[in-house]
Amino acid sequence: MYGRGVDNPWLSLDYLRRNGAEVWDQLVIHATLTLEAVLIAVVIALPLAALVHRSPRLSGTIMGLTGVLYTIPSFALFALLAPFTGIGRTTVLVGLVAYALLVLVRNTVVGLAGVDPDVVDAARGLGYTRTRMLVAVELPNALPSIIAGLRIATVSTVALVTVGVVVGYGGLGQLMFRGMQSNYRAQITTSALLCLALALVLDLAIVALGRRLTPWTRERRARRGGRAARPAGAAGAAA
Amino acid sequence: MSTVGDAWTYLTTPESWVGANGMFARGFDGSLRFQQDSILALAIEHVYMSFAAVAIAAAVALPLGLWLGHVRRGGGVTTVLSNLSRALPTLALLTLFAASAIGFGDRAVIIAAAIFAFPPILTNTFTGMAGVDADVREAAFGQGMTRLQVALRVELPLAVPLIAAGLRTSTTQTVATVPLAALVAGGGLGVIINTGLATQRYGQVLAGGILVAALCLAVDWVLARVQRSVTPAPLRRAAVVAA
Repeated sequence: MYGRGVDNPWLSLDYLRRNGAEVWDQLVIHATLTLEAVLIAVVIALPLAALVHRSPRLSGTIMGLTGVLYTIPSFALFALLAPFTGIGRTTVLVGLVAYALLVLVRNTVVGLAGVDPDVVDAARGLGYTRTRMLVAVELPNALPSIIAGLRIATVSTVALVTVGVVVGYGGLGQLMFRGMQSNYRAQITTSALLCLALALVLDLAIVALGRRLTPWTRERRARRGGRAARPAGAAGAAA
Repeated sequence: MSTVGDAWTYLTTPESWVGANGMFARGFDGSLRFQQDSILALAIEHVYMSFAAVAIAAAVALPLGLWLGHVRRGGGVTTVLSNLSRALPTLALLTLFAASAIGFGDRAVIIAAAIFAFPPILTNTFTGMAGVDADVREAAFGQGMTRLQVALRVELPLAVPLIAAGLRTSTTQTVATVPLAALVAGGGLGVIINTGLATQRYGQVLAGGILVAALCLAVDWVLARVQRSVTPAPLRRAAVVAA
């Protein structure tokens, strides 16, 4: 604990030199927790969105439910989960998956709804089954919207992990909180900057991934709704 | 499940609501204090902190958004701001404030929450103003209206649905951010959760979670009503999509 008049810099290399291992550990925890949450959310969100897209009656219920869930703050959600899933990683992971899921489902549904009806018609005329249509035509065409959702979900998840502090598992948030308790400025600033850097790196990685998966958007500069001319089978498999 | 039972007991005990020593007290300096063991007092404190934050944010964001939207410049800056505010954890700002001259407590939380409340209002006001049909603007100028008249009497009324949507998003988000105040010695309903966790009373934690969620849903519901009532019927569909 720094007292009055003691040097308490906002940034210090000395802090990193002494605590590099701990900072690295929390950074790894933060990154893996984020990636795990987003990956689980993607695996659940895509089929769920396809289901919503398939039946308009379900759509109202699921969209309404996700809207309500999204309004509940993370702090409260962790509190609602903690008595049942305990203190620690599971609670944070479940909460993070829930929020990422909501963003992804919404964006995927919007993307699927925005697919050019002519493209769907053409595929139907070629004798595509509903499943093949979804995997090979609709999902690839919805990719720009899905990628946009993935970016929002990932960046917000990086920020949300820090709220895990309430159940003792907040990654870099843990360092921020301890830094505040001991009035250790360098610790707070370092972890805050690392949070921003992690969000930026993951965001850029998803943008790069999106470019690879949707090469046609570069040629046509298609708008966000994704009205690409040709459905790419290879991209569909990757999605 | 005994946790659920404990939560029920906590929520049905009158003392939890009005506090063991009343809802309000005087601080050492004579200022009004909200008793931290009363649900009602904490709820009032929560709402007060949220609206103070939104009011500060709106006082800056509304005029700025109106002006930028009217001259149709600065769209890139507003986008960068809203992206940055999404990436920056609220906890980071709160802990940074706590270690700086701003310090702990409600005031620091209000400032932090105001910073996060700022981008949605600015972005929506800007988009609403800049999105007004160029022909409508031309017609207004052609009738001899001044810039101020065009901005306030032509563009602003047309932008109201989006501005209302922005204020609603911003307020709902702020009410959801304020619980974090409990981590930096502030008040609001988050205190119930934090105290429950610290004393391992998980029934109280669950009850706190329910109360915070209920407040957020209630505020959002009321604001949805307000937003609908200030949006002219033909514009309602568009506003819902934009929100």
